[in-house]
Amino acid sequence: MTAIIDYGVGNLFSLCSSFSFIGEDAVITNDVSVIRKSDRLVLPGVGAFKDAADKLRESGMAEVVRAEAASGKPLLGICLGMQLLFDKSFEYGEHEGLGLISGNVVSIAPVIGSGLKIPQIGWNALHFPKDRPKHPVFKYVAENEHVYFVHSYYAADCESSVIATTEYGAELTAAAASCNVCGTQFHPEKSGKTGLNILRAFCEM
Amino acid sequence: MITKRIIPCLDVRDGRVVKGVNFLGLSDVSSPVSLARFYSDNGADELVFYDITASAEGRALFTDILKEVASTIFIPLTVGGGINTVADFDRVLKCGADKVSVNSGAIRNPRLIEEAAKKYGDQCVVLSVDIKRVDDRFRVFAKGGREDTKMDALEWIKCGLAMGAGELVINSIDTDGVKNGFDLEMLEAVCKISDVPVIASGGAGNMEHFTKLFKALPGVDAGLAASIFHFGEVSIPELKQKLYDDGINVRL
Repeated sequence: MTAIIDYGVGNLFSLCSSFSFIGEDAVITNDVSVIRKSDRLVLPGVGAFKDAADKLRESGMAEVVRAEAASGKPLLGICLGMQLLFDKSFEYGEHEGLGLISGNVVSIAPVIGSGLKIPQIGWNALHFPKDRPKHPVFKYVAENEHVYFVHSYYAADCESSVIATTEYGAELTAAAASCNVCGTQFHPEKSGKTGLNILRAFCEM
Repeated sequence: MITKRIIPCLDVRDGRVVKGVNFLGLSDVSSPVSLARFYSDNGADELVFYDITASAEGRALFTDILKEVASTIFIPLTVGGGINTVADFDRVLKCGADKVSVNSGAIRNPRLIEEAAKKYGDQCVVLSVDIKRVDDRFRVFAKGGREDTKMDALEWIKCGLAMGAGELVINSIDTDGVKNGFDLEMLEAVCKISDVPVIASGGAGNMEHFTKLFKALPGVDAGLAASIFHFGEVSIPELKQKLYDDGINVRL
């Protein structure tokens, strides 16, 4: 069973539907006993980093997620949920994340150059670093398959954890991982067959 | 690099897709659910759903259909039609919409854009504008293109962007239904003032029109159409292959 962490952020309808489509039992929950019993966790999130980080802490879910991740349970952060896995974000100030992957979340504006729109909204291609084996979450995904992004910030200073990149004026982190913790900047639940294959692979981790 | 998007638009009335469709291999062509699935499985990058039923009964029916569509397609879904309040945003987002398109409701109350953008993020608010030339100026029309608001379209778009609209759908009333190509002049004027994605609508009649659109205006991010896709005059996989062959970056 997959527990989708409910901490009052975002619309979880599509995420839940995606798991049921691939035949995986998923529940949206903030019940600690359900989360402990689950086989894996998904940390979703949309909106502003500070607001989400505050809600995660105030709901007590930050500690639960940290403890579960430390136990070795697979954890997938999606979009803002991925950014929350990092040490810090510099979105409107400086805010602490969960510190499960080392690195910082910064604006794409200074690196992408002029002429590109912010946020990046739309389908972009995935590239896998050539110097490391492909992460298990991408086992059903080939180089250049497209996924759906909506973001203005990205994870930087995390080179050793990058498991996929995308090109938007610069090479941006599309996904990162550290041990049993991984995260995607894009939305697998909105990325057609490719996205469903990523969720399927995560459920096999 | 980010791809150009192709977006079919479904007008839903009384639970059925308006405008006849004649696909082969689809058992129920007027069912929004089977049509949405068909597009999602056949290369559409996103779907737009318009609720064109006014009655409260129709609203409940639409909500049911929206939920059913959202639970079976895994591409972004934009919903519009009759969005007048933040509560309307809430209603369709809870049914699985990813973005919400505002038009007449935002003209009546421009603060709607700001309130919704603050609550759900800019990326969630799509400003749809119906534009027609009047006395050589671009004028905003409301109520499905029936009412001249006398507002200057470019000024209205600037206002919407300042309030947090995250995407623009530009419908040219002048080219809509004519099938002679997109309104490049109008779209160029909009691209000049927009720092958010621009979705072109109105006038697509064949595949070449999409190539022309993306070649002439690199600032346009997506092409939207309804009848040419519904009637099978243009198939999305063929269109995307042609765009790819013409050197335009698309998701195949």
